[in-house]
Amino acid sequence: MKLNASALACERNGRVVFSGVDFVVKSGELAELRGPNGSGKSSLLRQVAGLVPVSGGGLTLDMGDDDSAGDQPLPQRCHYVGHQDALKPSLTVRQNLSFWAMLLGGGDGDVERALAAFGLQALSEVAVQFLSAGQRRRLALARLPVAPRPIWLLDEPTTALDQTAEKTLGRMMDAHLASGGMVLAATHATLPRKADHVITLGNGDSEIRRLQI
Amino acid sequence: MTAAFVALIRRDLLLSYRGGGVGAALAFMLAFLVMIPLAIGPDQETLSRLAPGLMWLALLLAVLLTTERLFQQDWDDGSLELLAMAPLPLELLCLAKALAHWLGVSLPLAIVAGPLGILLNLPVDRLAVLLLGMVTGSLALSLIAAIAGAVTAGLRRGGLLIPLLVLPLYVPVLIFGLATTGGDLGPAGATPSLLVLAAIVLITLVLQPWAAAAALRAYFR
Amino acid sequence: MINVPARSISDRALSTLNASFKADRDLRLKGYSDAMQFLANPTIFMRLANAVLPWAWTAAALCFAAGLYMALISSPTDYQKGETVRIMYVHVPAAWLALFIYVLMAVASAVALIFRHPLADAAAKAAGPLGAVFCFLALVTGAIWGKPMWGTWWVWDARLTSMFILMLLYLAYLAIWQAFDDPHLAAGLARVVALVGVIMVPIIKFSVEWWNTLHQPASLAKLAIDPAMLWPLLLMALAYTLFFLCLHLTAIGNEITARKLRAARLKAIAST
Repeated sequence: MKLNASALACERNGRVVFSGVDFVVKSGELAELRGPNGSGKSSLLRQVAGLVPVSGGGLTLDMGDDDSAGDQPLPQRCHYVGHQDALKPSLTVRQNLSFWAMLLGGGDGDVERALAAFGLQALSEVAVQFLSAGQRRRLALARLPVAPRPIWLLDEPTTALDQTAEKTLGRMMDAHLASGGMVLAATHATLPRKADHVITLGNGDSEIRRLQI
Repeated sequence: MTAAFVALIRRDLLLSYRGGGVGAALAFMLAFLVMIPLAIGPDQETLSRLAPGLMWLALLLAVLLTTERLFQQDWDDGSLELLAMAPLPLELLCLAKALAHWLGVSLPLAIVAGPLGILLNLPVDRLAVLLLGMVTGSLALSLIAAIAGAVTAGLRRGGLLIPLLVLPLYVPVLIFGLATTGGDLGPAGATPSLLVLAAIVLITLVLQPWAAAAALRAYFR
Repeated sequence: MINVPARSISDRALSTLNASFKADRDLRLKGYSDAMQFLANPTIFMRLANAVLPWAWTAAALCFAAGLYMALISSPTDYQKGETVRIMYVHVPAAWLALFIYVLMAVASAVALIFRHPLADAAAKAAGPLGAVFCFLALVTGAIWGKPMWGTWWVWDARLTSMFILMLLYLAYLAIWQAFDDPHLAAGLARVVALVGVIMVPIIKFSVEWWNTLHQPASLAKLAIDPAMLWPLLLMALAYTLFFLCLHLTAIGNEITARKLRAARLKAIAST
């Protein structure tokens, strides 16, 4: 499995965020996205997730020999953990996670294991509105193991995490990569695991051009 | 796909009871009800004549009140993005949201609105047919609300725009919903009006998934 | 005529903009050829519109002159309504156009949705306010006509009520363009609103007519129209349509210029 970007470009509101980005990420590799604010790290992740249109170049997933998943579109092969945690304050920790497990195609056993892994078992019946920012982040990250998806797109995954949680995330990433998955992570901090590639995005501020009228 | 569809409906139902969506709408309905005799006088005959129409208005406005939250909450907390990545076509996702809104908000309100009309001296022999019209029509109300909800998903203060989007489209539902309780129904009774109402529901049922999904796609464009 | 100075300004703005766009072309990114193709299109459109407009304005003026003469002076008075029947020549074409423009707006929206042609979005956007104005004109002249006909300024008759709801649909469409800052997002949502609206319009009209028969059983029988009245009416309808065509073409041109200015401004911000 190979994620290919060639001459990838992104445009938001008539502004070129980035252009001419090339990279190849293979199974079992962690790619780290680096760049100053506004360079388009989040936008690139969201392009892979199908949430921001690809305005130039190409973004393809080469499955190689393994095409067990058929012609599933790219976004459905991705987990995306963005800046927002996508949690409902009035539902409990378990309700939130099992909803995403059901929706993304996981099972109840996976939910328990994910809660345990992120140390959220004791909180499983607590409504999310009573959780701290770090606990919420852990719950958001607990979505990753509940439904198997080969590509993980993580936007500043370590924000608000303590060291224990960072280590848990590191172990999760190790296991995911070992099983042939891939991870794209955008961050300013250091990731809990050493990256195989570093994709550096330029300074977006100098690249505003007219694109479309 | 079915599991995801059901999961979404279940979560939204849970939210509509936990988050006070239906409760607030019901409270609004009661407040509206109290205002009516204060505005038009307590004359029993007048109230009785106006009761079906006023209860329909109460239902429309109560549903309208809950429309803003329909997609906006999911947009605000980032859920909508993840929903769009789920193995569920956007059209079905929108339909699930609308059905959940019907089951969680419009249907309970429709069931309560008729009996509440008794407070306005609603003729009891009209109650059954009013209820039937409201229960049928409430599905169309939810479907139309879900279109407007999707259009205003990412709009701050979308609540100002929603009545303008929704109320003109509610006109057919209101007219045929009320026609069932009209004075001179002719030999066929309320059946023709109910059938037309059902037809309107079917049209909105076909229209809603496409329209709401097209609106959401504009956001992810 | 009023459009001439406006046209020459937009022409000049266009030529300078086009020059700057040409200089900009080497900066063009791969994959943007679609956007560029479109750039060629509006330019051709503007040239075409500018060629058509003087003729269309002249035709509209001639139709108005002849139509108004026939409607207000030479056509006979109605044996029941007397002189007030002449309001019809102003009212009915406005109502026709209000409906026609909504359909046009929806067709343009469908073209934009299916073929992703941005010019279609501009056409729909430009039609919105014009349709709303014709709708408003139909409502006001309807009310003025209502005074001598029914003895009151406003009666909730089926046609006026439908027109009122159509006005709301127009306002909803305009509000979408107002509410969103991002023009691409607004365009995408406006398409949906226009298309849902046009599907609902016949249903609304049918229900309102049904509602009307329930409440006031056929008070106004349809009057057969005399040919002496039909001809001025048709001529006025033609005049209105031509007038709309001129305004619409001008408004689309303005929209294109506004978009180009917006793009140029973005570029200017970038170069500072």
